[in-house]
Amino acid sequence: MTSEPEHWTFLLGRLGPNAIPNEPIVWVTFAAVALGGVAVLGALTYFRLWGYLWKEWFTSVDHKKIGIMYMILGLIMFMRGFADAIMMRLQQVMAFGGSEGYLNSHHYDQIFTAHGVIMIFFAAMPFVTGIMNYVVPLQIGARDVSFPFLNNFSFWMTASGAVLVMISLFVGEFSPAGWLGYPPVSSFAYSPGVGVDYYIWALQIAGVGTTLSGINLVATIVKMRAPGMSWMKMPVFTWTSLCTNILIVATFPVLTAVLALLSLDRYVGTNFFTNDFGGSPMMYVNLIWIWGHPEVYILILPLFGVFSEVTSTFCGKRLFGYTSMVYATAAIMVLSYIVWLHHFFTMGAGASVNSFFGITTMIIAIPTGAKLFNWLFTMYRGRIRFELPMMWTVAFMLTFTVGGMTGVLLAVPPADFVLHNSLFLIAHFHNVIIGGVVFGTFAAINFWWPKAFGFRLDPFWGKVSFWCWTVGFWFAFMPLYVLGLMGVTRRMRVFDDPSLQIWFAIAGFGALLIAAGIGAMVLQYAVSIINRDKLRVDGDPWDARTLEWSTTSPPPEYNFAFTPVVHDLDAWAEMKKEGVQLPSEGFRPIHMPKNTGTGIILAGIATVCGFALIWHIWWLAAVSFVGMIGTAIFHTFNYNRDYHIPAETVAATEAERIRLAAAGA
Amino acid sequence: MTANDKGGLTARYFDLHEHDHPEGGSTMLGFWIYLMSDCLIFAMLFAAYGVLGGNYAAGPGPKDLFDLKLIALNTAMLLFSSITYGFAMLEMEKNKVGSTQMWLFITLLFGGAFLSIELYEFSHLIHEGAGPQRSAFLSAFFTLVGTHGLHVTFGSIWLITLMVQVARKGLIQSNKRRLMCLSLFWHFLDVIWIGVFTFVYLMGMLR
Repeated sequence: MTSEPEHWTFLLGRLGPNAIPNEPIVWVTFAAVALGGVAVLGALTYFRLWGYLWKEWFTSVDHKKIGIMYMILGLIMFMRGFADAIMMRLQQVMAFGGSEGYLNSHHYDQIFTAHGVIMIFFAAMPFVTGIMNYVVPLQIGARDVSFPFLNNFSFWMTASGAVLVMISLFVGEFSPAGWLGYPPVSSFAYSPGVGVDYYIWALQIAGVGTTLSGINLVATIVKMRAPGMSWMKMPVFTWTSLCTNILIVATFPVLTAVLALLSLDRYVGTNFFTNDFGGSPMMYVNLIWIWGHPEVYILILPLFGVFSEVTSTFCGKRLFGYTSMVYATAAIMVLSYIVWLHHFFTMGAGASVNSFFGITTMIIAIPTGAKLFNWLFTMYRGRIRFELPMMWTVAFMLTFTVGGMTGVLLAVPPADFVLHNSLFLIAHFHNVIIGGVVFGTFAAINFWWPKAFGFRLDPFWGKVSFWCWTVGFWFAFMPLYVLGLMGVTRRMRVFDDPSLQIWFAIAGFGALLIAAGIGAMVLQYAVSIINRDKLRVDGDPWDARTLEWSTTSPPPEYNFAFTPVVHDLDAWAEMKKEGVQLPSEGFRPIHMPKNTGTGIILAGIATVCGFALIWHIWWLAAVSFVGMIGTAIFHTFNYNRDYHIPAETVAATEAERIRLAAAGA
Repeated sequence: MTANDKGGLTARYFDLHEHDHPEGGSTMLGFWIYLMSDCLIFAMLFAAYGVLGGNYAAGPGPKDLFDLKLIALNTAMLLFSSITYGFAMLEMEKNKVGSTQMWLFITLLFGGAFLSIELYEFSHLIHEGAGPQRSAFLSAFFTLVGTHGLHVTFGSIWLITLMVQVARKGLIQSNKRRLMCLSLFWHFLDVIWIGVFTFVYLMGMLR
């Protein structure tokens, strides 16, 4: 049983004055965040935006708004995660020749943990979920997802996890145990502080949101496709989203279970992952990677879909090998389950087990390679337009291929024994995650921004960002391959060998270029918003092929005044070819779900409950838990959850669309 | 149709006479998917029990601890509760509010009996010094069986909520849908328990 520290009190648990970190860097950050926060809150109050935000966004069950909120959350957390990255790069450049750098070891450990956790769970996951949320219902000709309230609730649970991670920066500490929190380091005996508890509860709360949103999107894709859209007429992005969400539903419960067992070890004193009383730390490593490996495919598959849509749109052609693309996606989905052990070949499972997992890992390269050839053949003899989404796609193909090949190298168990936990591994997974997920997200933002807001993004600043990012990426990570081959392990804070310093300096320069790329990206958004009237577009600015481009930009709340009927893959391209006119009369009332505040309230109480559990404030944890159950039950007593948009409103909205189209023509 | 519509193209590419989709059309599918994800949590706990179930750490093992007669009684309580839930669903199909409520209440009583016996078993074990901290075997045992018990507890709270809602609104379509979901959930817990009874208790006696 874990014992409480000396200063534990009934009212505040472990929370006391020593919860404020004794770190000047943290104080300065806190001051900046506090001032910035006060400025934002003040501006919102001054411009009387609270009511607008609450009514139009926070309580909205519209999948488009929820998708945009996911993207904003992802961008904010991406900045935070990048700040951690820059700090690590700076530390590793400085800490040579007897210098300790500027970060003490406890702080440094928290930074690399926070970087990994934030980038995967609170930047990449919201990006992917946000894109799927926005695009999938539009692509399948639906008006919303299957469970709109659940969608809002899922978003706020993800945001709640992000809030807990941000609180840990200023109140207490974050986990120093690495992004997967391996025991025994993450056990109470070796990490008695609140850091690992912040990690556990942030992921558990966000995990509820992710699982529910996975269930929601699977049900949506299975049940709500437009008439005529059979499985093999589904857009590729919808296919990859379906596979990703199946993976989410089939793996996030594993993460939930393994983190629950870790928290039982920490809170109750059980012996799942302890070294004595029969526990097995290696069971944790197995279990968490059974989630962890599919997770990287959860991240990359939707972006494979994005690249497919972008390639066929900007080459003006139907995608080459649609069927093989679908089967490749499904094959990757299945294979991603049977490779987890390649993350710890060095565990000592024996030659047979390691061979099995090495071979399955290498097999994944086959469907992935098939995809790359499909994209290349789509480009072959296409009329390629090098707009920003296409530029990111080409950069992805080059970068990801290198990352994939180093992955095949790591899949060879004898090679892995040398490279395990080295910077070679770090370079490999940044190569595929930045080259795939991050570049893909930027392709998606540039591609669908005009759909979401009705104006396109400024190409000049977009290109500046593109070149800074791509060049910066190669500077930042190629040196890590070299260092890894020389045997430098990950998570090192100081170095003895001065000959290594130049490589860290090059990597640091690359990180600065990436910082410039991020700056240019923010400028791109700002300039585009300011010049939005000059950048206005109609519903189909890219001459694209799928249904989301058949409605206005931005789409009306109900997406489609009449549900489209699908006869072919690339439904919108076919409609354009046939010269189909959108209906201009005979509108009917549209049945839509009502907004609700229950999602944000439940997630708010969940944040309080998580905070109370982290600090061992038992009374507050109990009260907030009961509060959550009570609020959820109360919500079920509301049967009045939908309404009809009157036919006249639909007619007026559509008349405005027709007027604008006429004015544009 | 629109004036410039060439040969009914608009009618071919748009559903012009669409009606409201029935509410809750995806609910049963969504709930099934949820149950499968919950099933995975139990799969993890079974796997943990499979790995750690023999690690007694020089403490008591299943033969020293389990009282099969008590567990048989407990199992009977849960299985009966599933049958009575089935009766409630049959009455619901006949739109009989009174008898539906009666069978739901009997289900609740059986569920309560199951939970009481389980709590008695747990307190007895802890009293004997065989708590979840004693060994990895007991950690895995308490977590697996306790998670099932927690599910039954939440199922019971849900059952009470639905009884209140049926009392207030009657057997309207959305209440029927909710009762169907809980029915799936309740039978799912039965299936899980059969796994627990077999792998933990019966096979434990053979270890």
